[in-house]
Amino acid sequence: MNTPFPFSAIVGQEAMKQAMVLTAVDPGIGGVLVFGDRGTGKSTAVRALAALLPPIRAVESCPVNSAKSAECPEWAELGSKKLVSRPTPVIDLPLGATEDRVVGALDIERALTRGEKAFEPGLLARANRGYLYIDEVNLLEDHIVDLLLDVAQSGENVVEREGLSIRHAARFVLVGSGNPEEGELRPQLLDRFGLSVEVRSPNDVTERVEVIKRRDAFETDHAAFMAHYSAEDAKIRDTILKARKRLPKIATPDAILEDCAALCIALGSDGLRGELTLLRTARALAAYQGRRKLSRDHLRAVAPSALSHRLRRDPLDEAGSGTRVLRTVDEVLG
Amino acid sequence: MTPDADSWARAALCLRLLLSAPGYLAGASIRMRASPDRDRLLSILQPLNMRRIHPSISDEQLFGGLDLSATLNYSQVIENKGILSDPRTMVVGMAERCGGDLAAKLAHQMDRDIGHCLIALDEGAEPDETLPPALAERLPFHIAPEGRMPKDWRVVPAGTLSVTPAAVSASATDAETLVLLAAQFGIDSLRVPLMALRVARVHAATHKRTSLEQTDLEVAACLVFPHRATRLPQAEPENEAPPPSNPETGQEAESDASSRMPEGDMLVEAVRALLPPDLLAGLVPAGTGRRTGGDGAGQKRKGNRRGRPLPSRPGRLDGRSRIDLIATLRAAAPWQPIRREAQPNTPGLLIRPSDIRLKRYVEQSDRLLIFTVDASGSAAVSRLNEAKGAVELLLAQAYAARDHVALISFRGSTADLLLPPTRSLVQTKRRLASLPGGGGTPLATGLQHALALATQTRSKGLTPTLIVLTDGRANIALDGSTNRTQAMEDAEQMAHVFRAHGIQTLVIDMSARPQATLKALAGQFDGQYLPLPRADAQALTGAVSAALQG
Repeated sequence: MNTPFPFSAIVGQEAMKQAMVLTAVDPGIGGVLVFGDRGTGKSTAVRALAALLPPIRAVESCPVNSAKSAECPEWAELGSKKLVSRPTPVIDLPLGATEDRVVGALDIERALTRGEKAFEPGLLARANRGYLYIDEVNLLEDHIVDLLLDVAQSGENVVEREGLSIRHAARFVLVGSGNPEEGELRPQLLDRFGLSVEVRSPNDVTERVEVIKRRDAFETDHAAFMAHYSAEDAKIRDTILKARKRLPKIATPDAILEDCAALCIALGSDGLRGELTLLRTARALAAYQGRRKLSRDHLRAVAPSALSHRLRRDPLDEAGSGTRVLRTVDEVLG
Repeated sequence: MTPDADSWARAALCLRLLLSAPGYLAGASIRMRASPDRDRLLSILQPLNMRRIHPSISDEQLFGGLDLSATLNYSQVIENKGILSDPRTMVVGMAERCGGDLAAKLAHQMDRDIGHCLIALDEGAEPDETLPPALAERLPFHIAPEGRMPKDWRVVPAGTLSVTPAAVSASATDAETLVLLAAQFGIDSLRVPLMALRVARVHAATHKRTSLEQTDLEVAACLVFPHRATRLPQAEPENEAPPPSNPETGQEAESDASSRMPEGDMLVEAVRALLPPDLLAGLVPAGTGRRTGGDGAGQKRKGNRRGRPLPSRPGRLDGRSRIDLIATLRAAAPWQPIRREAQPNTPGLLIRPSDIRLKRYVEQSDRLLIFTVDASGSAAVSRLNEAKGAVELLLAQAYAARDHVALISFRGSTADLLLPPTRSLVQTKRRLASLPGGGGTPLATGLQHALALATQTRSKGLTPTLIVLTDGRANIALDGSTNRTQAMEDAEQMAHVFRAHGIQTLVIDMSARPQATLKALAGQFDGQYLPLPRADAQALTGAVSAALQG
């Protein structure tokens, strides 16, 4: 039962699925944060994402999945320099992971047995050019969060410890999930996520029944279920690939840029990251839908996920920031 | 059958099913204090070969890690296996003390669905002390038998199952019935009906059936749903509630709706009969929120002195921190051959300052603001609404500082704990808005309640701070008599007790003119006094935050 539940078989939760697909179209958007109730399929969706992503071309023996042999870090002892196609890495960062596991550390085995100083790459190296997934991200220890912030911003992992001095590329898309009841996320880390979505249990009975039926079919009638939905997954994958090609050609009218700015000013979001993410996400959506030009509808569709976590929090606002964004979008875009 | 015996019979059924397919069902929570009865119950689970884990277990024990001594002996990396490496049955003692991070790790392991089984022993005394929700969510059974164990109580093991539970076929309507039923009882999570389906399958398998029958569903619903119910189903299912004949469930459902109607009702009745009697009291309005309490975890403070251990960090010994010997040795170990080459004549281990690892602990300590609000007639006339506004503004600040708040109001001849310590702003706001006014001023009684709460929460590791909002016209004494002098004396008495306990206090005078008696009272508290004649809520807040920071 170790194959993940297929992405296309997830019922409902459109906002979450859209956000994940868009980061696959443009990894530059900078990750997704999924916050929500228990038992709503957060982790399932992230794990399903792996099967959806197009494979990457990488140097076979490179520990950081470099695309060219020239880009491989000098400390890596390369065996074969052949380019091979491998699935986009989706690396799980477990809560209990130590700093050593995350950034990499001295290779203890070689140090002990051969008395050699060698670097053993950590999770960040493996996640390069892929995804780094943190379940229960709000419970992550502070010093690991600091590390991640640093690396996520610079795109490079620098290890200066235990007599090692090593750096390697670490560009990855952060995907976090968590339950807000168990603790809040630090604003610095919150800001690093491009998109944030809130998921809720579906209220519609038909939808709930469908969830249970599919999950049950997945467990009992595995082969037939997978056969049907892997084809669906493949369709999404093709669309993602086409969207990636189309992405650079999307035209962005100046009026839309002004809309972006107006929206962010009206919401009072901190910094300019909001505008940039909003624009990028809207373009990715336009590409995914096969359009050539960005329109207000695209902005409207992505604004809640791109902006809702960048607002100053009003603790007495019961409605939540998603509603505030929607209200402002209606006011500004008419 | 008496209710007690009935609860024991249900416990027996849970255990029987659990014994048949531990990995498939993933476990149970057992809410009982340590007792011979519980030992007996656990001894029945003995065949599962359980491993005990405790709430402060380290990651290394759970997930495995480097076995240092063996590694050094054999000069090659030898890893310890963690408890979670292989599918097994674990017993978590004192699971109500289990923190959110351990719960998350265990929950993640259970989600992998490789056959772990978790028995959580919940020894909580208060209704609030329960399992972390992340764990409770994933455990199908909740075993909480009442009264003594009946003499003839026993569990008949089903033996080896001839039918694999996963192979038991379930019709589409079976799944639908369970989902609808869960919805009727206000159970949001979709994991729950899935678990119920699994339980039903195991039940069918123990009866050597290959397809689900009505009784299987009934048993599953009765075992999995009652303790998670957040509301009672409407007696007469209207279109609003999801009744079995919901028109939205598609043609398939419509076609056999008539045949399933009574069945759905029967199931509802069966589960309803098992709902705990105090359910109504603990019910939260559907869809508006959830239970308060939870794991009771305060805000965590990291340090190197006390609390639960965290992974150690490199650092220097400065006389205040403690060394983590094992981690230090581990850091030094790989370097021994290299360092030995440089200093062949030095005996013993070669440890450098950079190897030093320091212990770190996380401590749970948090401030609790106890608002004790005078809602008597004299206060209500002019200032109660102002006080409410001020408390609301203070709450926003308390939220920012991650403080807990509790709300006590006193009026007439009694005081009420309107809100036990919580961080939920929404709840506090709601309770505050509905705070009624009028009646006498039993200041001492209000203080007495506040004191009880303060000492109780302090023993839980919170730091209580008292904020009294009153107009100081105490006229009801502790014994309930209307005697102004006695009432004031009693209040002073209480103030002395507060001082003896060293509880920080702030007295806010909300009468029209500053009251000298209240100022004297604040002196008895050894606390601060804030006269606020004609203040607006904003000024009150500013004053309080300034006083608290000072």
